[in-house]
Amino acid sequence: MSGPASLSDLAGRMAAVVGARNCFSAGPDLLTYECDGLTHGRTRPDLVVLPGSTAEVVEVVRLARASGRPIVPRGSGTGLSGGARPVPGCVVVALSRMRRILEVNLEDGWVRVEPGVLNLDVTKHVSAAGHYYAPDPSSQSICSIGGNVAENSGGAHCLKYGFTVNHVLGARLVLHDGKVVDIGGPALDAPGHDLLAALVGSEGMLGIVTEVTLRLLRKPEATRTFFATFPSTDEGGEAVSRIIAAGILPAAIEMMDRLAIEAAKAATGLDWPDVGAALLMDADGPAAEVEDLSARAVKIAREVGALELRLPRNEAERQLMWKGRKSAFAAVGRISPNYLVEDGTIPRSEIAPVLREIESMARDNGLRVANVFHAGDGNLHPLVLYDARNGGEEERAENLGGDILRMCVRRGGSITGEHGVGAEKAAYMADMYGESDLETMQWVRAAFDPEGAMNPGKVFPKLRLCGEKPGPGGLEHPAVKSGEVQRW
Amino acid sequence: MSGSGRHPALDCVHCGFCLPVCPTWTVWGREPDSPRGRIEIARAMLDGAAPTAEMVSHLDSCLGCMACLAACPSGVRYDAVIEEARSRVEASGVRTSADAGRRSAIFSLFPHPGRLRVAAVFLWLWRITGLRWLTRATGLTRLLPFIGRLDALAPDLGFGEVTSSLPAGARAAGTSRGRVALVGGCVQRVFFPGVNEATLRVLSAEGYDVVVPLGQGCCGALSVHAGRDDEARAMTRALVERLEASGADTFLVNAAGCGSHLKDLGHLFRNDPAWRDRAVEFSRKVKDVTEFLAAVAPRAERHPIPGKVAYHSPCHLGHAQGIQDPPRALLRAIPGLELVEVAEGDQCCGSAGIYNLVQVEASDELGARKAANVMATGAPYLASANPGCTLQVQRVLREKGAAVQAAHPIEILDASIQGKPFPGRRG
Repeated sequence: MSGPASLSDLAGRMAAVVGARNCFSAGPDLLTYECDGLTHGRTRPDLVVLPGSTAEVVEVVRLARASGRPIVPRGSGTGLSGGARPVPGCVVVALSRMRRILEVNLEDGWVRVEPGVLNLDVTKHVSAAGHYYAPDPSSQSICSIGGNVAENSGGAHCLKYGFTVNHVLGARLVLHDGKVVDIGGPALDAPGHDLLAALVGSEGMLGIVTEVTLRLLRKPEATRTFFATFPSTDEGGEAVSRIIAAGILPAAIEMMDRLAIEAAKAATGLDWPDVGAALLMDADGPAAEVEDLSARAVKIAREVGALELRLPRNEAERQLMWKGRKSAFAAVGRISPNYLVEDGTIPRSEIAPVLREIESMARDNGLRVANVFHAGDGNLHPLVLYDARNGGEEERAENLGGDILRMCVRRGGSITGEHGVGAEKAAYMADMYGESDLETMQWVRAAFDPEGAMNPGKVFPKLRLCGEKPGPGGLEHPAVKSGEVQRW
Repeated sequence: MSGSGRHPALDCVHCGFCLPVCPTWTVWGREPDSPRGRIEIARAMLDGAAPTAEMVSHLDSCLGCMACLAACPSGVRYDAVIEEARSRVEASGVRTSADAGRRSAIFSLFPHPGRLRVAAVFLWLWRITGLRWLTRATGLTRLLPFIGRLDALAPDLGFGEVTSSLPAGARAAGTSRGRVALVGGCVQRVFFPGVNEATLRVLSAEGYDVVVPLGQGCCGALSVHAGRDDEARAMTRALVERLEASGADTFLVNAAGCGSHLKDLGHLFRNDPAWRDRAVEFSRKVKDVTEFLAAVAPRAERHPIPGKVAYHSPCHLGHAQGIQDPPRALLRAIPGLELVEVAEGDQCCGSAGIYNLVQVEASDELGARKAANVMATGAPYLASANPGCTLQVQRVLREKGAAVQAAHPIEILDASIQGKPFPGRRG
């Protein structure tokens, strides 16, 4: 196929495939696609195209590649690591028009959906029949299944039920050359290489997923929730460790510190007290088991010094408690003009000392850090608060975020629990992996996409430049400025 | 300005929680037609970008349903963002002359109850004389789509209704519990005169003296939602003066669109030192009639109205004013009445002020979705507390041949107190 000569020519051809209203090339139409849930580093794409079917995705990919442009797939644009951030001159393929639920098989417990279907809509669709889709990122009301597959998204209840990778049975994938491949399927344990495990969490670098088969679960017979407050995160962390050490596996156990509680209260009007830390725990399963587990967990919380224990009186009150937790990230916008959402993991036993270290690092930098996290998994979400209007504060915040992630690695954890590496954390990959580790990952990527045309510039660090910081003059290396290389 | 003192468009953190509740995003999946996308456009204009045709189309496609306002964890004042962006558009002269002409025609009719009544009389004459049949048969309504649209929306009215005037007021039955003033509304007064009459009867039966100040014009809600700020301020000032002169210290509203506007006048007059405090003080005294009644102990006996009633939650009541439970509680208190929820009940019906006259495609799509959800309840009755919604939902139900009878919650309450059957018209 001969490539279209100009951008306007390409836009015309794309419009012929997807309809003129679903192809954007004018500046004002592109604004909201310049970033995802991570707003710095905005980049304008050449085109944004919204295909409506696998066949249209194939055409769009072929046209984009024939024009030599890289492709950046996008779901609902809620990612927090810049995984859907455009690169200069790219075509963004947004899947938000592909949101049909194609097939439901409750008997065998699966559902086949298009990638733009929202996470919570899967559960809504099957809940009347007593089923649900388990992974529940805090953004589940808006994040898309396609995005969940790309990022291997987690959520509060992944402690017991596992991440997206444990719930995807099959996927249809459009490769960089327009070839369509089917991986896995409703039958468990397909023979051959487990390509699904390679695909889930590949952050859009292997191709564009256009159909996903998801595992459905039966709703548990009973769910018990409790909310406990503590004088500080020391006692909160201790409660988490002891609850799990006692052999109790909660469906979810979440911790918030003082600042996060303040933000959640501001956003939802919850009457939570001003305390140093709070835990929100769900136990689910057969009623008898749940009663026993939650009673034991409550007892442990009391023993380690809980100030107050609250049980929701009804489902509405329970939903409100969870809403407080799930809106905490965006709610921080109410207590700070700007903030960075970090995402790292640590061993569960390190929670209390790590939080103390974060606090002292924040103090040294003259910044505040709010913590809201999946305590059971040791998956931290430190939110670095800053005000971009104060000169140098944004940079200090970014440095502090980076230092926190490196500290997580030092403590035996990782630079991301569930938000993905994306554009933001590519530079920290070298803190986690050696060169041969990264090279092996690149081999897998190249097997699917030899030219690196799908979502380039994400996950892998760019060419290495001497890791020293700019000198006292603050002058940046020209190659760093132009984006060709980065320090890591 | 937000609490942080910044422009409210700058409070958006781009999290996307507004997308799934936005009707246009739900229907089209195109992000420039979402709150997040529109806030980006407002920011660009704030940075000095001149409005373009693309920007205007995305700002125009917003229904102003304010579902995003309730969904936003960061507390962005989207209402302020969109109103200001629209007023920049109106000031820029970017609209084509045909578009500007159509809008100015709408605004020289709807916010003027006197003119609207004249139009209703003409509509009535047109219908009873057979001219309507003639224009339809000759295809004239297709040539003049705007007239056809108005015709399809307006309910069948009797001569008595199109010429009825605003009732003067009512005295409390028994000992008076207080004195309140009623806002008459424009579209409501002309197309649903029964709602004001029912409101007076219910308030009187519950023990309130009601004054309906004479000479009430439009409250300015339609204009402010469309970015016509100066026009809105002039209308609002005139209405506020009339109501204040009544001496009442509670101002009741029974049309949700008017209520949400009158409760938030501080924003409209934020740059007017002479009116700012007065506007805030006035807004403090405004209540929706269902909110007011649900908060006081009932005095009049409720008689049974057996049957299933679907509850439609108007956006300007549920989202903009956060009034969810009061109208439902009033209806549930009627013996025999079974209140049922409409699926996707938080989603706009596509009426949205003047939206169904200017954004026909999206409005029709949302109207069809709403009608299908209403029909799925199997209820023969619909309760709707906003005249625009009632016109829109009835139009679509009529087109689908569904026999659903719609009434304002206050009309249903009135019928119950009087011991009458379910009121209102069949669609």
